[in-house]
Amino acid sequence: MSSANIVLSVPQRPRIVSTGAALRWTLIAVALGVIGLLIAMPLASVFAEAFRQGADAYFGALGDPMAIAAMKLTLIVAAIAVPLNLVFGVVGAWAIAKFEFRGKSFLIALIDLPFSVSPVVSGLVFVLLFGMQGWFGPFLIEHGVQIIFAVPGLVLATIFVTFPFVARELIPLMQQQGTQEEEAAVALGASGWQIFRRVTLPNIKWALLYGVLLCNARAMGEFGAVSVVSGHIRGATNTIPLHVEILYNEYNFVAAFAVASLLALLALLTLAAKAVLDWRLSVSPKPGERKT
Amino acid sequence: MTRLASFLIIGLLIFGCGTLSAAETNLLNVSYDPTRELYQDFNEAFTKHWQAKTGQEFSIRQSHGGSGKQARSVIDGIEADVVTLALAYDIDAISQRGLIAKDWQTRLPDNSAPYTSTIVFLVRKGNPKGIKDWDDLIKPDIKVETPNPKTSGGARWNYLAAWGYALRQPGGNETSARDFVAALYRNVPVLDSGARGSTITFVQRGIGDVLVSWENEAFLALNELGPDKLDIVAPSVSIVAEPSVAVVDSVVDRRGTRAVAEAYLQYLYSPEGQEIAAKHYYRPRLPEVKANYADRFPAIALFTVDEVFGGWAKAQITHFAEGGVFDSIYAGPQ
Repeated sequence: MSSANIVLSVPQRPRIVSTGAALRWTLIAVALGVIGLLIAMPLASVFAEAFRQGADAYFGALGDPMAIAAMKLTLIVAAIAVPLNLVFGVVGAWAIAKFEFRGKSFLIALIDLPFSVSPVVSGLVFVLLFGMQGWFGPFLIEHGVQIIFAVPGLVLATIFVTFPFVARELIPLMQQQGTQEEEAAVALGASGWQIFRRVTLPNIKWALLYGVLLCNARAMGEFGAVSVVSGHIRGATNTIPLHVEILYNEYNFVAAFAVASLLALLALLTLAAKAVLDWRLSVSPKPGERKT
Repeated sequence: MTRLASFLIIGLLIFGCGTLSAAETNLLNVSYDPTRELYQDFNEAFTKHWQAKTGQEFSIRQSHGGSGKQARSVIDGIEADVVTLALAYDIDAISQRGLIAKDWQTRLPDNSAPYTSTIVFLVRKGNPKGIKDWDDLIKPDIKVETPNPKTSGGARWNYLAAWGYALRQPGGNETSARDFVAALYRNVPVLDSGARGSTITFVQRGIGDVLVSWENEAFLALNELGPDKLDIVAPSVSIVAEPSVAVVDSVVDRRGTRAVAEAYLQYLYSPEGQEIAAKHYYRPRLPEVKANYADRFPAIALFTVDEVFGGWAKAQITHFAEGGVFDSIYAGPQ
């Protein structure tokens, strides 16, 4: 290693390295301690509480019809919100990274908006729009369309909250990759769709999956915005996070933590998938190095 | 990538169809916090009764939360066929928006309140702080747990019960009552949004020396979480809490569920409905059911909101509306 030469050539270096090592280990210990206290212990306690009355009680709680309805609903909401955000995210990121147009920074600000708005406000916005006292409410009720306190409202709120994840993941990467490859494809006579499918998409696929992963984790775990538009009708508009709260409030602690453990598992899976994607991202070909 | 996309689309279609076909005859009861267990039992009983009578298959859905918040959801368009809320004013609020007929309170017996309750204290086992009556709650070293009267019906009953107690003390008047209630809220470290949240804060998180609570909620906490941890203390004077029920006219007329919704509420007054209410520590109206459960409910001198406050509409405006008495005495946690 070339750094070894530098260390040898500078006499003070070893001393600095040794105090640096002490500092480094202290920092690592502090970080591990904080992570253990704030993240690992609460996570472990979720499973400990969930299994406090044994595996039968645990699986009994998961097999409860209301719990199953909540899981189904959460999957439905994510299955609608995530693909839509995938499309919006790719389209938005493509427009921002590959084209110059007026109002671009405004568009970026809009995409970031859901990150900065409190989820409660995100939910209330939809109540104000589609609630019976809201702008479109009376019209919708007259035509028998239920948006809030029903699945469409949950989907809308979830889309809003998870909107930035895919685009935010893609924009820096696409900007860094530049437009040379697309320009070359145009010069070779490729159509727009061909360029997207054969040039742009392969370049961004790992970052895209990464964005989808984060988007999905948030979509399934979102509480605030969904809570405002849900109406908490059990078996109908309760997603998993809302169901956990209800069970907890009913003194049903084992069931609450059993259902919560699903969310914890989702988090662990997301983490594992994220680690794999991180690795793929780091080895993914840079623009121009890609084999065809 | 294409495979992933097609997988997602197929998944979407399957789920989409699943939700569409799930429609069936059902009733939605939007209720307040402490009635969860009551309506779980009552819904089962009523479903059986209705199926035996008409052969109709249907199900009842429940939504629970702070009473004021639930009324707000109905106003915002949740499709509640019936509301069973903590107090008449919350139903009045819905009625003011034209969703429920103005005369709703006279459509059913007993002010449309099929069961009553009252406000009692829940304390730690053995009553370590020696809390016996309302005036113990304003002692400086006592931490009182009660929810926010802005969002919780139970909290408003708590507030009015304390006010009524102070009025009935020797030399009691509006000023002394106001000072008393202000002193009480100075001892409140947390205002939860609903009665259930407040109970959980007191019992699970161990915050506070005394929980001012619905009688039924206090008994439920005692049974669920262990009589070895908690005691119920009945104050000398309290308020008759009348949780009211009503059919939401605009919803049942649109959905064609009026007949079953009305039958549902009437069944609350039947011997079986009353029996279920009493079992869940609500004070029943029917004399014979009341007699069966007489030893369950402590004797407390009770006053009504009409006697002391001239009805809910007036109490609401004076005490709980924006800029009312509560706003002027509660300045947030001390």
